[in-house]
Formats: sequence, C-alpha cells, structure tokens
Amino acid sequence: MNRPRFRWHIVVFLAPAVLVYTAVMIFPLFNTLRLALFTEIDQTRVFVGLQNFETLFFDPIWSEQFWNALGNNFWFFLIHMLVQNPIGIALAALLSHPRLRFAALYRSAIFIPTILSFVIVGFAWKLILSPIWGIAPSMLDAIGLKSLFAPWLGKEEYALTTLALISVWQFVGIPMMLIYAALLTIPEEILEAGEIDGITGASAFWKIKLPLILPSIGIISILTFVGNFNAFDLIYAAQGALAGPDFSTDILGTFMYRTFFGFQLQLGDPHMGSAIAGAMFAIILVGVCIYLFGIQTRMRRYQL
Amino acid sequence: MKNKSLKLALLGSTLMATTAYAEDVTLTIESWRNDDLTLWQDQIIPAFEAKHPGIKLVFSPFAPTEYDAALNAKLEAGSAGDILTCRPFDQSLGLYNAGHLADLSGLDAMANFSDVAKSAWQTDDGSATFCVPMASVIHGFIYNKEAFAELGIEVPTTEDEFFAALDKIREDGTYIPMAMGTNDQWEAATMGYNNIGPNYWKGEEGRLALIGGTQKLTDPQWVEPYVTLARWKDYLGDGFEAQTYPDSQNLFTLGRAAIYPAGSWEISGFNTQADFEMGAFKPPVRAANDTCYISDHTDIGIGMNAATENREAAETFLAWVASPEFAEIFGNALPGFFPLSNAPVELQDPLAKEFVGWRDECESTIRSTYQILSRGEPNLELETWNASANVVRGAESAADAGHRLQEGLSNWYAPHQ
Repeated sequence: MNRPRFRWHIVVFLAPAVLVYTAVMIFPLFNTLRLALFTEIDQTRVFVGLQNFETLFFDPIWSEQFWNALGNNFWFFLIHMLVQNPIGIALAALLSHPRLRFAALYRSAIFIPTILSFVIVGFAWKLILSPIWGIAPSMLDAIGLKSLFAPWLGKEEYALTTLALISVWQFVGIPMMLIYAALLTIPEEILEAGEIDGITGASAFWKIKLPLILPSIGIISILTFVGNFNAFDLIYAAQGALAGPDFSTDILGTFMYRTFFGFQLQLGDPHMGSAIAGAMFAIILVGVCIYLFGIQTRMRRYQL
Repeated sequence: MKNKSLKLALLGSTLMATTAYAEDVTLTIESWRNDDLTLWQDQIIPAFEAKHPGIKLVFSPFAPTEYDAALNAKLEAGSAGDILTCRPFDQSLGLYNAGHLADLSGLDAMANFSDVAKSAWQTDDGSATFCVPMASVIHGFIYNKEAFAELGIEVPTTEDEFFAALDKIREDGTYIPMAMGTNDQWEAATMGYNNIGPNYWKGEEGRLALIGGTQKLTDPQWVEPYVTLARWKDYLGDGFEAQTYPDSQNLFTLGRAAIYPAGSWEISGFNTQADFEMGAFKPPVRAANDTCYISDHTDIGIGMNAATENREAAETFLAWVASPEFAEIFGNALPGFFPLSNAPVELQDPLAKEFVGWRDECESTIRSTYQILSRGEPNLELETWNASANVVRGAESAADAGHRLQEGLSNWYAPHQ
C-alpha cells in the first residue's frame, strides 16, 4: 500500500493562528450566544431559553429602544453608502488620473484620519462644532453665514447625521484606497482600445472602469455594512453611553454597552446584553449572506 | 556550641518578630478615591495612628471606574482589604446581601448620624446599617460675586427674585445668565431637577411618599419642578444643546456666566480656576418664608469586610471615622465633601462654609431617585436625566415627562401598580 503520508506540517503551521483565533474570537462569540439564553434570579444563573429575545422584541420597554437603535443604525449605514462610498470612488478616479500632480500627498492626507483613534476624532469634532469654543461658528461668521450654524450635535434632528458625516470624514480613505488599487490594475491596452473606438474621458470611466471595479465596490459595501452595524466608539466618545439627545444617536452598539455593563444607577445585565449582541450578530450575518449568495455570485467578472 | 547559640539567637529573634507582628494590626482600606491618596497618607492616617498605636493603616485606592469590578473580584477571591469604601445604595446593599459587608448597627458611634445620612447604607426596612456615612455633597447655585455687584443684583431667595435676577443679567448682556448644557444630560437632572425639586416635594416627606406609593410622579409637586426647569431654557448660553459639563464649568470659571447650578464637589476645582470672588445661594423657595429644603446627598461611606480577621481593630477605626476629629480633618481637606456626622465641624473654606450652613436653616434630603426607585427597568434615574434634558431643550412638556416617568415606574415597582 502506498498511503499518502499525513502532512503534519500543515497542522503545525495552522495551529498558532487557529488557537489564538479560537481563544479570542470563536469561544467568546459562542459563549456570548450561550449567555443570552440565561438570566439571573436571586444571584443564581438560570436557563430560560429564548425568553431574553422575547423580551427584547416584544416587551415595549425593550423593543422600542431596540427598533430605535436599529433604525438609527440603518440611517448611519445609508449615509455612509450615499456619501462615503461615492466620494471615495470619485477621489480614487481623480487620483488615478495620470496628469494629477501631488497625487501621493493627497492620497496620504485623505487616508490619515482613518488611522486616528475614534476618541481623538470624536473629541476633535466636538470641539470644532462646539457652539462656545468651536471654529465652525466663527468660520461661518467670517463668510456671513452665521445664521446657518446650529449646535448640531445637540439637536435631535441633526445629531445622528452629523455623527455619520464625521465617520464618513474619518473613513473615506478606505474606499478610496481600495478603488484606487482596483483602478491601477486596469491595463492601459483596454483603455487605449476604448479610445480608438472613441470612448474617452468621463465615458471611459462609466463604460470601462466602473464595470471593472464593481467587485471592489461590492467588497467596500459589505465592509461598510459590517463596520457600521458594529459601530460604537464614535457615538460613545462624542455623545456618551446615553447617546443623546433623547436617544436620537443610539445605535445597537451603545444600546448593547449600556445594557451589558450598566450605566450610572442602572446595574449591568450581561444576559440581556448578550441577547442584544446576539441580535447584532444575526443582523450582520443575514446582511453578509445576502451579499455573498444574492449579489456576489451574480456579479459579472471580466478576465483582464 | 557555637552552632547551638546561633540556633537560640535565631529562635529568639523569630519569637520576637512574631510577637511584634501580633501586636501591630494592619488594616487595608479599599477605595475608589485615588484623588484622596495624599490626603489619607499625610493627614488622616498619621492622625489615627498617633491615637491608636498598634493599628497600622494602608490606603489602597483604585480608579473610580475600576473599583466596583475589582472589589467584587477581590471579595470573591477572599483577598479584599479589611475596610471597604461604600458606594451609596444598591451597590453596597448588594455587597451586604451577598455577605461581604458586616452589619454595623451595633456600633455606638452610629448615634452620631441622622437617619437621612444613614439611609444610603441601610437595608430597605432600616433594620441593619452596614457602612459609616463619611461624606455628602450639597446642591445649590454658585454665583459670580463681582458680576452681581456690577449689575446691582441681590442674592435671590425666592423663585421670583431668582428669575428677576436672571432677566436682569440677560438684559445687560455682559454675562450669560446661567451656565448649564444638556449635552451630557445628567447636569439637567442632578443640578437642575434634584437641585430645585426638594422645595416642591418637601424633601424627605415627598421622597418617602413616592417610595411608599402614596405620591406619584404625575402629582403637581413632582411635575412643577419640570415646569420651572423649562423656564431655564431662555437663560442658558447660545447652543446649550451641545454644551457639555466641562464647557459649563469653563464658562463659569472664565467669568463668562454669572450663575452656575452646582454641586458642592465643584468648590475645590472652582477655587483654583476662578480668579473672581464666588458666593453660593441655596435653591430659591417658591414663596418668601417657606421652609427651605436642600439636597444633601450621601455619597461616600465606609464599612467593614465581613471576612476580616481584625474585627476589633476595624471597629476601632470605624468608630474613629464616625468621630468629630475625622470629620474636621476630612471636611477641611476636601472642601465640598461634607462630613455627615451631627457634631458641628468648623470649616475654613468660605464657599464650603456657605453650603454647609444651609443644613441649619433648611431640611436635608437626598436625590429622589437613588433609593430603591432605580432598581427596575426602565431605570428611573436615567429616565430622569433624559426627561430633564428634554424639558430644558423644550422637546417634551413637563406634564408629558411626569407621565412617562410614572408609566415607567408603575411598570415594575409594586407600590405604584
């Protein structure tokens, strides 16, 4: 018999990554899902099945907060999709223009906010927009538009949009870089062939480049989706755990944090917190699945 | 021979070391007040050790946000110190119920404290007290004396005078009448609602009636503070909706605002920041000669780990904490954190003195939402933050706020069902 030898080196090389990933990601994930099925009665942990989820979705006190947070999360995502990604694509298209000077400088400048901490971004923007010390009101004043200024972060109707735009400012570098990289892989010959057929300038972008970078746009959309539904830091840094004013900036992340760890006189409830975390996981899972099976498999790919 | 004497010498020294060790009991104090470390090391510990030779103290604080989790872990592991600093109400009650805090009702020195002072560290029925009350914070208003003199404003005592003063400051335009924002929400509830509210619900009378279920949050005495709070809106600075707590502090200490709705904990910070003379006035009463009520909120207590091996020494220490001597050192080292003992304490700081003087003129109470009422879902304290901020912003009417809070409370609290 000439049985193939078991290739031990594969296991050995995989082991560190698998062990670390299991310890810090897979185990906590499943343990959180498990925790959601329990509750605490008289200082002992009791198994209650799906009761926490029932409370979360059907008890008016909880469900109202949950749907509010989910709705806010969708708005947050929508702003990113409508503002961040088109701007990212446009910037990438400009940057990849062969005659643009200082392209590297612009590229770095736009990308730098991405590597800043949320806390710094949240604090800096809070100061910029502060009605008392901020430079936004004085800048508007200088061009005679002071009347347009409002304490945006303190107004229910603007606060969430303002925060979403701050987040867009911070992360617009990521779609820009990914699209930029995709644009660079398009061979010159294709564009030249198009030019011979009379397709130049803007129409070259719409008819040749855009279809070729569509898979990258798909990836960016799903990254944005996952990032936005896991978002927490910026809201917490700018508005605190209560996500004011009047919960208008409350998203699933802040709702989960408040419930899990408690806040001020509200004691933490790890079980309900885990139920919210479970719901977040399910939402993200469904979103990713829709993309993977519904969109990505149908996307046309071109051999370059 | 030589060997034997060495052995004897060693044995002797070991014995001596052990006896010395047995005489000196070391008590470890767990605390979240890492700001107070030097105060303990330089003043409190030497004062105690001078009077009680044989007991040594070690003050080992955590950062405030880490204290609860760290303490719980140490208690579970059996490695926590002998003396524990107590948060007010449910955090400490939980420790007592879990058997971590010893019952101190039998301590003679407990007689030095009023019932309101002890309420933060008692079981709901008041049968057991498990921490010695250490300090409270008092609510009121701090004002810029120079601004008041400049505009010729008298210190207001009634609500009408208060709003008249605010009107005058606003008309003059030099100063923002009042420094408060709604961005952080708690200011509106703590420095707003629970500051002026006790005058409406008559302090303890109303607070206990609310806990007992005979008064409701929709009753006029609980809704009218919101009506008054809604009037504050016109006197706050431009863009107060996005103004944070540090913004408010800075506006006042930079001399840009004339009145600051305050808690006494601001005193030491303001003393170093502000270069103008400050005064304080208590929450204005509704009509002249009404009894005044102040929020004298119990904030820090100190108790004994039930598992301590040095029970006697710990009790000696706690009795000393309850004594006027401790109150004097503590009150003067931390102006704005007022000792709770009944014994009169001579404070040096003029502003702190003004605050603490109200205790003689007015009835004391604590914040209405802290005892029992914030145990359920929705949490009444956080709802009050939200409602107060909404009312000040004009996003919710006072009546609606009262209605919503009552609905939330009725949802879980049996006496209101």
